[in-house]
Amino acid sequence: MIVAGCDIGSTTAKAVILDDTNIIAKVILPVEGSPKDAAENLLAAVEKTTGIHSSSIEAWCGTGYGQKNIPFATIVESEIVCHAKGIQFIDPAVRTIVDIGGQDAKVCRIDAYGNVQRYVYNDKCASGTGRFLEITADVLEVPITELSTLDAKGVKDVTLSNQCVVFAETEVISLLNAGEDMGNIVKGLHKALASRVAALALSIGVEEKIAFTGGVAHNAGMVGALERVLKTKLVVHEYCQIMGALGAALLARERVQNRVAS
Amino acid sequence: MIVAGCDIGSLTTKLVLFDGKKVIASSIIKSKPKPEDGAYEALEQACAIATVNQTDIVYCVGTGYGRKRVPFAQDNVSEISCHTKGAFYLYPNVRTIIDIGGQDCKVISLNDRGEVDRFVTNDKCAAGTGRFLEVMAKVLKVELQELSNMAKKGNDAITLASACTVWAQADVIKYLNEGMPKENIALGVCKSMAKRVGVLVNQARIKRDVCITGGVAKNTAVVKELESLLGVTILKITNVDPQLTGALGAALFAYQKAGGV
Repeated sequence: MIVAGCDIGSTTAKAVILDDTNIIAKVILPVEGSPKDAAENLLAAVEKTTGIHSSSIEAWCGTGYGQKNIPFATIVESEIVCHAKGIQFIDPAVRTIVDIGGQDAKVCRIDAYGNVQRYVYNDKCASGTGRFLEITADVLEVPITELSTLDAKGVKDVTLSNQCVVFAETEVISLLNAGEDMGNIVKGLHKALASRVAALALSIGVEEKIAFTGGVAHNAGMVGALERVLKTKLVVHEYCQIMGALGAALLARERVQNRVAS
Repeated sequence: MIVAGCDIGSLTTKLVLFDGKKVIASSIIKSKPKPEDGAYEALEQACAIATVNQTDIVYCVGTGYGRKRVPFAQDNVSEISCHTKGAFYLYPNVRTIIDIGGQDCKVISLNDRGEVDRFVTNDKCAAGTGRFLEVMAKVLKVELQELSNMAKKGNDAITLASACTVWAQADVIKYLNEGMPKENIALGVCKSMAKRVGVLVNQARIKRDVCITGGVAKNTAVVKELESLLGVTILKITNVDPQLTGALGAALFAYQKAGGV
């Protein structure tokens, strides 16, 4: 049996392919154009990179921001449910998920069975989402993937007085003009984003273990900042960015298995 | 007796010269990286217009974000107090002042004696401040002053999904790419701005009369949207530039402090 999960986010589209027991492939693509285009490009990329023809995929579960625009999705499930499902498969001891995406941030509490108990999210304000880092990295004229390296070079975090992305952008420019070290600025930016997301997390309470997911979790500087603010070690899996797609694929597999059973 | 009020804002520096009866000259310039430089330039401009010497000014009060950095001021007074003073002087019936600056928005509620009763301010979020309009004007590739006229030509406003400047900017770019007329986008932008300011106004509990001050008061499209949203007529300051209200208030304080009544 081959099934797949597909997570169309605001900045990246992710797919995970499963067989009866294992993860057999994963694909991550930047989103260009509409969510529908992104989904179709993703399907083409899956066929090309894995050699698996779409006709042999028994079920697709779609999720994410563009979940309603995935033409080949057999079922659709919410991001929160998919993230919970995915993380439970990776590490069943996780009870809280902190997910920072390109355009939102989510915190979700799950029980031992991977059921969602409470969740909270921010998609109203760009500060407190991955966009905060994207925009400030632009001001610093460094690729977003470099932020972690810069953070490691910083010796102290600069306190930013602004939370709003627009105001913080100006503040970063002034800091640069004043000759502040880039590493210290980046450390300050990570701390600012971490505090913002931690406030969201604490609004529903956190329980260990805490997993950090979403593309931003690849940034080790950000992981450190969030660990300092939450005062605990975080679970960061190499699949942190595809947790939603993984959860979706697991749900697709359950669906097929139930169909076979009944 | 000539006195001065100097309001150093985040984006512009304003100066008013007052002789006890009327504003004899004023200036509005872009704020300088060193606030002191901007204050001097504003002073020189206003003095040149009024043909008075800087030494003729007996007292000066500084206000605004850079109020402590006006080199020629003897004293400084908060923005809230100065806006209140200036607006109450112009309109003794005013009980609510909506001041929208380049980086903040304040709503001040005053009593019958022109004293501050209560105020709410937003300087945390760019939405609902002049910065929001600035960012949008840039995306639409128009001068900030043009945004209002452009909006008035719109007939079918677009809807911005979120108040956040960053998300709204992405929305505006999307609409532009779809070929939506700029006028309808500008109208949607002004509506979104008014909505955001309206939330703050409602927090302060509105009392009539209502007036609007600060640079955004010149954007008549935003003011019109705000009027229909709040269901009140908003007084427009016409005898002086609404952007000068804070500097005028500072000059009025200077006049009192110098012994004038």
